[in-house]
Order: sequence, then C-alpha cells, then structure tokens
Amino acid sequence: MTFALETAAHPENLKRIVIEPVTRVEGHGKVTLLMDEDNRVHQARFHIVEFRGFEKFVQGRPFWEVPVLVQRLCGICPVSHNLAACKAMDMIIGATVPVAADKLRRLMHMGQILQSHALHFFHLSAPDLLFGFDAAVGKRNIAGIVAAYPDIARQGVGLRRYGQEVIRLTSGKRVHGTGVIPGGMNKNLSLDERDYLLKEIDQIIAWSQAAVELIKMIYSERPDFHNGFGFYRSSFMSLVREDGALDLYHGGLRARDEHGQTIFDHVDYTHYWDYIHEEVKSWSYMKFPFIRARGREQGWYRVGPLARINNCDFIPTGLAEAERKIFKEFGGGSATQATLAYHWARMIEMLHAAETIQELLHDPDLQSDDLVSNGERQLRGVGVIEAPRGTLIHHYRINEDEQIVRANLIVSTTHNNQAMNEAVRQVALQYLDGQQLTEGLLNHIEVAIRAFDPCLSCATHAIGKMPLEVELMDAAGTLIQRLIKDSDGQCRA
Amino acid sequence: MGALVMSKAITIDGKSVSFIDGQTIMDAALAAGVYIPHLCHNPEFEPHGNCKLCIVSVNGRNMTACTMPAAEDMVVASDTPELDSDRQALVQMLFVEGNHICPACEASGNCQLQAAAYYLKMLSPHFMHFYPPREVDASHPDIFLDLNRCILCELCVRASREVDGKNVFGISGRGIGTHLVVNAASGRLGDTNFAVTDKAAQVCPTGAILIKRQGYKIPIGQRTFDHKKISEVQMEPAKRTEPEHE
Repeated sequence: MTFALETAAHPENLKRIVIEPVTRVEGHGKVTLLMDEDNRVHQARFHIVEFRGFEKFVQGRPFWEVPVLVQRLCGICPVSHNLAACKAMDMIIGATVPVAADKLRRLMHMGQILQSHALHFFHLSAPDLLFGFDAAVGKRNIAGIVAAYPDIARQGVGLRRYGQEVIRLTSGKRVHGTGVIPGGMNKNLSLDERDYLLKEIDQIIAWSQAAVELIKMIYSERPDFHNGFGFYRSSFMSLVREDGALDLYHGGLRARDEHGQTIFDHVDYTHYWDYIHEEVKSWSYMKFPFIRARGREQGWYRVGPLARINNCDFIPTGLAEAERKIFKEFGGGSATQATLAYHWARMIEMLHAAETIQELLHDPDLQSDDLVSNGERQLRGVGVIEAPRGTLIHHYRINEDEQIVRANLIVSTTHNNQAMNEAVRQVALQYLDGQQLTEGLLNHIEVAIRAFDPCLSCATHAIGKMPLEVELMDAAGTLIQRLIKDSDGQCRA
Repeated sequence: MGALVMSKAITIDGKSVSFIDGQTIMDAALAAGVYIPHLCHNPEFEPHGNCKLCIVSVNGRNMTACTMPAAEDMVVASDTPELDSDRQALVQMLFVEGNHICPACEASGNCQLQAAAYYLKMLSPHFMHFYPPREVDASHPDIFLDLNRCILCELCVRASREVDGKNVFGISGRGIGTHLVVNAASGRLGDTNFAVTDKAAQVCPTGAILIKRQGYKIPIGQRTFDHKKISEVQMEPAKRTEPEHE
C-alpha cells in the first residue's frame, strides 16, 4: 500500500532535499523530500536509518536476563522496556505479581513518565514552542530557554531530576537499574527513601501544574495555528483500565477510529496479533503496524499521550482529570486530532504521574517484604505497557531449557510510524510546497516529528549538535542552493 | 615452637612477611594481610598459575605468586606501577578474548573479573575485541553455562575434581583455541551428574557458570563488590558471597 506523497510517480527528475539527522529527538532519523523545479512536493518520507537487532541477539539468552538486556535499547526510557519485558516474564513463570511489587513497579513507571515527559517538553520542544518554529536557530535550544526563561528551565531540570530519583530508589540506579525481576521486585522502598521523595512531591506537583498552564497558554494564544499545524485525522490506540480509566501500567487495548467509533475495546493484549499486523517497507528500518480489521490502507493509528488522553474515559487523579476535561472541551467534546495537541496531552500525563507518585508514597504496601511470586511455567510471554511515547509490546517464546527462541518488540514509535510520515507530508504541503527553502521552514517538519517525542532507537544525546546539510538541486542535478547547519546551530550557505 | 616455625621471612614491597615451609608467596602474603591481585587463585584448591594476575618480581625475575614457593630472604615486589600496568593489560586481554557484556550480565557487581578491572583502574578494553563465537549450554535443569564469559581459570575444573570428585569440567585445545569442555559424550552439561550443590557450581569468578533463575534477585547495593574492592573481599575468603539456591 502506498499513501499520497509516499512515493512520487516519476522521481527521476526531481530534486532531493534531505534533513539528516532530525534533531532534538531521541535516536537517528532523516527526512527526504522530492520536489520539482517549482518546489512542489511530490514525495515526503520520514526514515529510520538505524538497525538495532535486539530481537535477534536475545535469542539463546536465559529468559530472566532479558529484561535487563533489552532495557539497553534506550537511555531515556529503559524502565519501559524493563517493565514490558518483565511483564512478559511474569507470564512465562506463571506469576501473579504481589500487590506491593505491582505498586513499586507503578511508582517506578511514574518516575519514568515524569522524567521522560519533562525532558521532552522542556529540553526538546520548548525552544520551538516558546521562541517560534523559525526563530533564530542559535536561540532555539535549551541554552536559549535557560537564558530567556530561567525559571521554566529550572523547573524542567527539577522535574526530570525528581523522576530519575524515583527510578533510582526503586530500581537501584538512575539509568538501567535491576529492581524489576520476573515475578516481582528485588527491593521495597524503605521509610527513609519514602521520606526523601515525599519532601519534594508537593513542589513537583506544583511545577507539573505550571507546565500544563504553560502549554495551555501557548496553545490558546494561537489556537487555529496550533490546531491546523500538520493536521490530519487518524485512529488512536492505547491501554485503558477495566473501568475505562487512564492506566499507563496495565489494562486492555482500546482503539477508536478517526470519528471516535470503537474499533476494539478491552482487548487482552496477550493476543495482540489478532488485532495488529505489521508491514515492512523497503525504505525504512522501522515496520508499519496497522489494525488488522481495517486493513493496511485504513488501519494505521496513533499512540502516545494524545491517544491515551483521547481514549480514556477519565483520569483517576483529581488535578489531571480536571485538565483532561478542559482539554476535551477544547476539542469540542470529541477526540482532539491536532498534532501539536500531543504536547498538551503529555503535560496532563506528567501531572497525573506526579499525583500518582504522591498517592503511592503514602501507601504502606511499598514497605512490604512480600515482593516475589512464582507459578506454573509457560513457554510464551507477552508484556504490554504504556511507555512515555505510547503502547509498548514485548513478546517472547522460550524453549524447555529456558532460553529465548523468538522475540518480537513493537515499540511505541513504531506504532506512530505512518502517523509521523503523515505529519511530515501535511507540513510539507502546508509550509514548504512552492516555497524557497529556509532553515526555519525545514524546522517546521522537525517540529511535527518532535510532537510525537519519537525514540528512534536508543538515545544519542546529540541534541541539536549534529551538523545538518541541505542541498537543493535542479532537475539536471546542478546544485542551486545549499544550507549547512553547524554543530553550534549556526546556519550558513 | 610456632615462633620457631614462623621465623623464616620474605620481603614484599619492603615489608617482612613470615612464612612456613611449603607456603607459596601468595599464601604467605594473604596470611600476612598483604594483597596481591589474583583471579584464578583460591586457597581452597591447588594453585594453577593460569591468569598470571599475581605476577610479582622475585629477586628481579617475574613469577606467579600463587605457584612460587616462598624461600628465605626472597625480595618480592608486587605493588609497583610496572606490574600493575602488566596486570591491567592482562585483564584487558581477558575482556577482549571473550564476550564480557557487563551491562546485561547478571554477575555484574558479583564478578571478580569486573572487580579486578576496577581495582586495576581499567578504563577501556584498549585492545581490539575478538568477539569469538562461543557456545551457551542451557541443557542442565539448574545451571546455565555461558562460555562467552569463561576466562579459563580452571577453578570449576579443580573444584569438580578435588572437592566434588566428579571431573565434570576439563580444558581442551591449545593456545588461542583453549576452551572449557564438559565431560559427557554429548558435551552437554545436562548429560553429566553435575549438581547445583557441587562446589564447582559456586566458584566461577565471572558469570560463566550461573545457577538458573537467580538473575538479579540481589539488588544493586547488596552485591559483593558494590561497596568493597576486590582486595578487601579476597582478603576475607570466608565472607565470600555465594549465590542462594532455589
């Protein structure tokens, strides 16, 4: 299946514009545009250029090692891979995770949501949102935020630090800890650790509220622009709790189409393949999943904060639920389809994470020593959670010797593959079609990609530092314009 | 009588260290509280001199302290920049010769190879990785054998032979082709009489012989080398942490 603008009918005489790498995202990706002599866009693609291979090299490894091994996929959301893999291993060992361990995992996960959402909003996206998409490139970065909005920058760093501390105290390390084990957890939260986290939680909630207010203010200043930027309609998929509440750790799969009609609901994720298939395309290392019932053409969907806030019936924490209602009202009572609304939904989730952390910290179960269980061995395990960027699926098969024989990972960003490509195409048509290209215009494409907070593989931490070179050639292949962005962010011809 | 027996002495790094006949330099050093880095030496088994980490200068000649009998008036140098540099290179070679992926290894924090690398201030593997194709053997119901992490210390070979009386493990091949083998017609651990309670299941200094399903049950912060250097732990052999059985 080929979508509009995915493949040009006659690419042979078109000039090729490349944005590589896409900056202020996690991992490496590039965008290619094919344009004619009048700068009309004929093809737009968002490519993932890395090959990871984790599904292959976990084969042969003992299953209990895998949750720690696969979290090395990423330095930003290792907790997500760790938890999803461990949920699969819970199934393999036939365990019913003890209540205390379940709550400790949820606490760790909320720390992850908090730090990842804060990182994305304050470090990666705030420069675009506060300065403008085509503001001076030297200013459009976290250093610019620190200089112009020191309080906002401080809050962003503080939120991220707190999330990392929650992760450290539950997993043993800020990054790549080992607290989660098949069947439960290897440690509880001591009273000293709890008190240490409680000291700051009121401040963290206040800062999260301020972040929601900030994105609301930005959004409401130019609602038409923010709603219209890279606009398109799509289905949404996410986990929801049994009662329809937002639940980022566990639940059933819910998908709704672009008109808000339910495609499936409360689906047992251990049979996800009955509902989701994946398509491979030659020009990207990332697969294109689709909802089976709707087919390859209509079955693509979005996951992540926007999908979750749209899909859930309510948020089980007070402040975030009040914000969800405002968000829903803004969307006219139905699902909000705007690409940039991802930022708003993400901040509502960050507030929910902060509230949930506070709630959990007051729960005495966190000091319990009943942390691990076991059961009857299975040869297959599926674990699904809502990672910061969306639904994350880990699926493993083992042999009788307890070695992994097959693994399938559908990571959050993979679900959004078609959606990100669609956003790139919409923005290319809206802002670049027929225009003389500038760095600011090209950044519009990156802004659309950043809204999804894609984790293209593992985090590279090369935030805006890698050089970017864009060449404009005419139909004969002669260079007519070149823009180079240096590692210091300066643009030159 | 005891005072008379202990009257012989060697000098290690300028310090007089008493010994009795039959003791090696390593025995005398450990008894006197002088640390000489080592990986393949374990006082419970016959010394082998495999890893060469305990190399010391004896009257100007390099010797392995674990196999060299102490003799009166020996002048031994151990804690020198030159020898530590050699030891670091040896550890680096052990790392590149196998496939030691500490970030995903469940022995991390309990691993003597990793702890020795920290002790010797190894910052990188320095040499090109060999990335050798090595086998894993999961056929035993309670033990996972991962030859990627084997450093050929032969502690399991010695423990199985000397303590367990089973000869489950052996060494085959020569030079760079040297490798650990399992004493079964199939070559698989599951076809031997190896038991999880055997001494040989407890002595691996790395993550090559793992008791199944233990994984990361011991949290970060409670692992053997989380708060202690290998020099401190190896000076207290009785306190060595051994994995729990299920």
